[in-house]
Amino acid sequence: MATTILGRKLGMSQVWSEDDRLIPVTVIEAGPCFVSQVKTVKRDGYSAVQLAFGDIKAEKVNKPAAGHFAKAKTEPKRHLHEARTGEDETYKAGQKISVDVFEVGAKVDVTGTSKGKGFAGVMKRHNFKGGPGGHGSHFHRAPGSIGMCATPSRVLKGIGLPGHMGDETVTVKKLEIIRVDSEQNLLVVKGAVPGGKNALLVIRAS
Amino acid sequence: MNRIKALEAQQIRDVVAFDVGDNVKISYKVVEGTRERVQVFQGVVIRRHGAGARETFTVRKISFAVGVERTFPVHSPKIMGIEVVSKAKVRRAKLYFLRDKIGKQARLKEKRY
Repeated sequence: MATTILGRKLGMSQVWSEDDRLIPVTVIEAGPCFVSQVKTVKRDGYSAVQLAFGDIKAEKVNKPAAGHFAKAKTEPKRHLHEARTGEDETYKAGQKISVDVFEVGAKVDVTGTSKGKGFAGVMKRHNFKGGPGGHGSHFHRAPGSIGMCATPSRVLKGIGLPGHMGDETVTVKKLEIIRVDSEQNLLVVKGAVPGGKNALLVIRAS
Repeated sequence: MNRIKALEAQQIRDVVAFDVGDNVKISYKVVEGTRERVQVFQGVVIRRHGAGARETFTVRKISFAVGVERTFPVHSPKIMGIEVVSKAKVRRAKLYFLRDKIGKQARLKEKRY
C-alpha cells in the first residue's frame, strides 16, 4: 500500500530546524489505525484495505457497524477510509497501523476538508481586486462587468462570481515530515494542512 | 493542545532574565557562506511579544544616527548569549515612544539597587 494513515489535526506550531531556521509545522495525531476489512482482486475486483480510526463510545455504534467491526475483530472506530494496495501485499483484518510507517524527511500528501467560508464574494473567493475604498468611489467589492452585450448575450462559462466557498476536499502535496513520535502517535509536517482543529485527515506517502 | 504545548516546551532554552527597558548585548550567530561568526547587537529592549517558545523581543539602538531595531526569537538557537548591561525604570510594556526621541531625550532612568 502506498503508505496511508488517518489522523486528526491538532494545530500549528513552529520548530527549529537543524540549521537553526524556524519552520512552520502542523501537528497531527496520526493513527493508530486498524484494518477493518481487506479487499482482494479475487473477491472484490480490486485490492484495498479499509482503515478505521478515532475513538467512539460503544453505545453510539449502530448494529450494522458493530457487526462489521466484530467481523474484523477490531474495536469500533469513528472513521473508515479505504486505501488501494498492491496485489502482492498482504494485510490481515485487525492489523494495527501506526505512525512509524513514516520516516522523518519523507514527503506526504495530506487530504482534508477545508474550512467552510459560507457564501463568499469575489474578492475573497476569486482574489478579485475590488474598487477603491474612498475618494467618492461607490465601487468597493462588487464583481464588475461579467461579460459583453448582445453578442454573445450570455455569460461565458468559468466567470468568477460569488458563491459558496470552502468546505471542500483539498489535498496538499509533498509536505515534509519533520518529526515522528510513535509514543504519542504524533506526526509533525512542514506547512499547513486543510481544515480546522480536530479535522479528519488522510495522510499518504507522496 | 497540550501535545502542541509539550512540543513547544522542548524548544524552550535557558535564557537570562531581562525586561523591557534593559540595555542588552546579544551575541548572535551569523552564517556567511560556510563561515560562522558571532555578531554583537547592543541596544534597549523596547518590546517583548508572545509567550512560551514563540516569544520574541525587539532591541533598538542608534547606529550612525540612524535608529535600528532588530527582533529576535527569545529561544533562538542562534543566540549565543544575552548580557544585561544595565536595567532601567520604565512604566510601560512597550517603549515605542523612544522612536520619536533623539539624543538626551531618548535616555531611560536607570534602576538602582
